[in-house]
Amino acid sequence: MKAWALALLALVGLAAMAQPLPDGRRSGFEFMGESTQAMQRDDALNPGMLWVLEGESAWSQPVGAEGRSCAGCHGDARRSMRGVAARYPAFDAALQRPVDLRQRIAGCRQKLQPQAIAPGDEPLGLALEAFVAFQSRGLPMAPPADPRLAPARERGRQLFQQRLGQLDLACSDCHEAMAGRRLGGSPIPQAHPTGYPIYRLEWQGLGSLKRRLRACLSGVRAEPFAWGAPQWIELELYLAWRARGMLLESPAVRP
Amino acid sequence: MARTLITAPSSARRGEAVTLRVLLQHPMESGFRVGADGGLLPRDIVRRFSCSWNGERVIAVELFPAIAANPYLEFSALALDGGTLDFVWEGDHGFQHREQRSISVA
Repeated sequence: MKAWALALLALVGLAAMAQPLPDGRRSGFEFMGESTQAMQRDDALNPGMLWVLEGESAWSQPVGAEGRSCAGCHGDARRSMRGVAARYPAFDAALQRPVDLRQRIAGCRQKLQPQAIAPGDEPLGLALEAFVAFQSRGLPMAPPADPRLAPARERGRQLFQQRLGQLDLACSDCHEAMAGRRLGGSPIPQAHPTGYPIYRLEWQGLGSLKRRLRACLSGVRAEPFAWGAPQWIELELYLAWRARGMLLESPAVRP
Repeated sequence: MARTLITAPSSARRGEAVTLRVLLQHPMESGFRVGADGGLLPRDIVRRFSCSWNGERVIAVELFPAIAANPYLEFSALALDGGTLDFVWEGDHGFQHREQRSISVA
């Protein structure tokens, strides 16, 4: 007997992952078209899951002279890493400054394995960040109330409202004053970092919040800060606080 | 190394049409883009995909430069006998990736 096939296009419709909050805050998910939303909802379709899988194998892969893996200390990430991504950026007591999730992972690997993770969006760091962030999917963003974070968060708020670049625009000029309206053909979202790292269709790949912020800075024709600059973390701190209580979607898909 | 996400049932009823979904991690570099040095980035795409059920061809697909990175394909096949599903991707620069899944049919 013959096995035969029929190519077909089907989109799986599940309940929306993100709901608008009563205070009017909305995830970027709600500004997307239906097909992009369907891509995010379905793990078999979401290309971000490829990086999550890669991170999963890196998690239990022994590295370095002593053959240590993340799993060697932290065990099953589904339990040990649940809710972790929702709390970052957080204050690092050893470094005496706030760090984001990627820097926390890189610092841990550097100290204990040791294995350096290059700054910027390189594959290993992205995969591990995606894998750890995935464990918090569906949980509310819970930025810590640590008073040591307050000065950096306040600088982040000022940066968010500071006009930059040749176009002389602040983040808030678009993402607060004009959110929901359009820039060219694209809707302007409210800039809540609920889905990072995201699979961005424009990038054809996974990218971090830092990469997204860089794109915004070059968009207003400002010179982006250097990769290790404290300004990124300050902005990320403020954005996380602004999105507190919103549900994590990592790895999200964005247009 | 290429990564794949394959969604295939592990069992099916005889005569049932099962849906198979495959997602491959691949840059699908079109060959038309310009790199940081101003030169053209060489083409690097997946050119063929095929799936066989116990050695019998279920689908064969040709892919082209306009297809986005990480190509996703969804198709269905009639479950007649249990056995092995063979997924093969082939592309530029000798790229080849094979995955197998077993399926039981009752």
